[in-house]
Amino acid sequence: MSVAAPHSSADRPSGLPPVRPHTQAPARDPAFAGRVFWLGLALVLLWPLCVATEFRLWVLWEPENRKVTANFLRSFWPLVHNPEFLEMVVRETWRTVAMATAGVTLALVLAVPLSLLATRVLSLSALSGRMDRWPAVMRWCVRATLIVLRSIPELIWALVFVRVVGLGPTAGVLAIALTYGGMLGKVYAEILESGESHATQTLMRNGSGRLQAFVYALLPSHAAELASYTVYRWECAIRSSVVLGFVGAGGLGQQLDNSMKMFNGGEVATLLLVFIALVALADRVSAWLRKALA
Amino acid sequence: MKPTTTPDTVSVAQAFSTEAANPPWKLPPPLFNARCRACWFTAALLVLVVASFVSLELDWAAFASMEAARSMGRFVAEFFPPDLSPVFVNKVAWAAWETLAMSALGTVIAAVLGLALAVPASRMSAQDSAWLRSPTRWLLNALRAIPELVWAALLLISAGLGPMAGTLALALHTSGVLGRLFAEAMENIPTGPGDALRTQGVGSLRVFFYATLPQVLPQLMSYTLYRWENNIRAAAVLGVVGAGGLGQLLSFHMGLFHMNKTATILAAMLLMVACVDALSFAARRWLTR
Repeated sequence: MSVAAPHSSADRPSGLPPVRPHTQAPARDPAFAGRVFWLGLALVLLWPLCVATEFRLWVLWEPENRKVTANFLRSFWPLVHNPEFLEMVVRETWRTVAMATAGVTLALVLAVPLSLLATRVLSLSALSGRMDRWPAVMRWCVRATLIVLRSIPELIWALVFVRVVGLGPTAGVLAIALTYGGMLGKVYAEILESGESHATQTLMRNGSGRLQAFVYALLPSHAAELASYTVYRWECAIRSSVVLGFVGAGGLGQQLDNSMKMFNGGEVATLLLVFIALVALADRVSAWLRKALA
Repeated sequence: MKPTTTPDTVSVAQAFSTEAANPPWKLPPPLFNARCRACWFTAALLVLVVASFVSLELDWAAFASMEAARSMGRFVAEFFPPDLSPVFVNKVAWAAWETLAMSALGTVIAAVLGLALAVPASRMSAQDSAWLRSPTRWLLNALRAIPELVWAALLLISAGLGPMAGTLALALHTSGVLGRLFAEAMENIPTGPGDALRTQGVGSLRVFFYATLPQVLPQLMSYTLYRWENNIRAAAVLGVVGAGGLGQLLSFHMGLFHMNKTATILAAMLLMVACVDALSFAARRWLTR
């Protein structure tokens, strides 16, 4: 990639290559061969991936599939907008939001105590050098629990809970509560450990309890960050509560799944539009709240 | 606060009373003040939370009772022992490879598509009219707003059951995400190199390839790798609607109540996610060292 250098360079430091007038600039890319080689290699490496995923795009163009797709897409218009359907959509939309809110609330109930247990800043023995063995082991165990809770996707939790408590929003709320409890707890602990811990340590050195040190020193200095992360996760929970409907946890997702199974394009289109609007609204609200909190 | 009779404390209270923000003879501030934004916000939050719990008709009895605890215990006990017969482990390993391939191919397609959409979605120079900018951004937002799982369910209709629908679903959602990130990266680079080429009369395609792209390429790579990490996790569960990979195997065996096999698949999923997390953590540490 050689770009023609400017001509006027009387004060050019020595040691640089001689100035080449741009009339002599190479007509084609000097690194052409190398680029083609790497591109070819990448394509060769992509081949096994295409085999593994049965990636045959021409399947989409087979006449039968094309007809099904075209029919489905054509049925998107007109949107279904009779009053009963719209009333159901509004009810299910509220249900989706409520599921996310209740899930995040329960997740907080789980995450706050666990993050207090996991954070290293609130350790009394660590004030004098190294933390004792048992507190360290306990903190490590709590952290491992949080990581396990968060690394199982909420959809899998929902599948499990649908088996245990039956179809309905309870399974969805519990799934969100467990996954988000893990996520919030882990990130809360990290946020509390980041930044200045001087005030907390001073309080604890002077004999205040750990909870007092948390409430009067650690929490005020990290409150904005904690709150804004919670709001962000609430926004994510709205998105995932729609997805949870697909395994039978109620809400917009379940209606979307039903309409898709019945090939009712008009309903699918209405639900998708409502869903996009809901996500955009949650995005706006969360951005506004986070700005207000900062 | 009631003043005590000790002369010492009385004098201290008098000394401080003139400066204290909340002098002891006044009542504490009202709990709710109509001019306080935080109060309104807290009240709204409380109303939202209470309304959610009330309107959802959550089935606490079914969950918190002994009966539920026993059925949960039975459910977990059925997982053991996990099915570790070589035939089944081979099948799970193949499904894991399929999941990995889905996420990798989906991310590559998304990076190409995202780059193609990011060019019209960004204003390259001050002279650029960029009339396609807002329509393309709308398209990117729509692609991004629909989750992978919903895309997969939609694509099943035209692509049929199997990993191809999942790959395309990942590609579509991720191209929305990456396109937006790429467009922002391209708008935020220094304009000097591009302007230098443009003043020499170089065409816009060559300006893009020799000035814009080399500057944003490291950022593009890091965004793409980050999304790949996310997509591995997403690909593991996409199969629940029938779009291939570990998820499809999971929903199949769970539907037939093959709990021992389900346990193996869940363990494979956890292992995969843990490996990805550890690798990305190590890579991040190595890169930022």
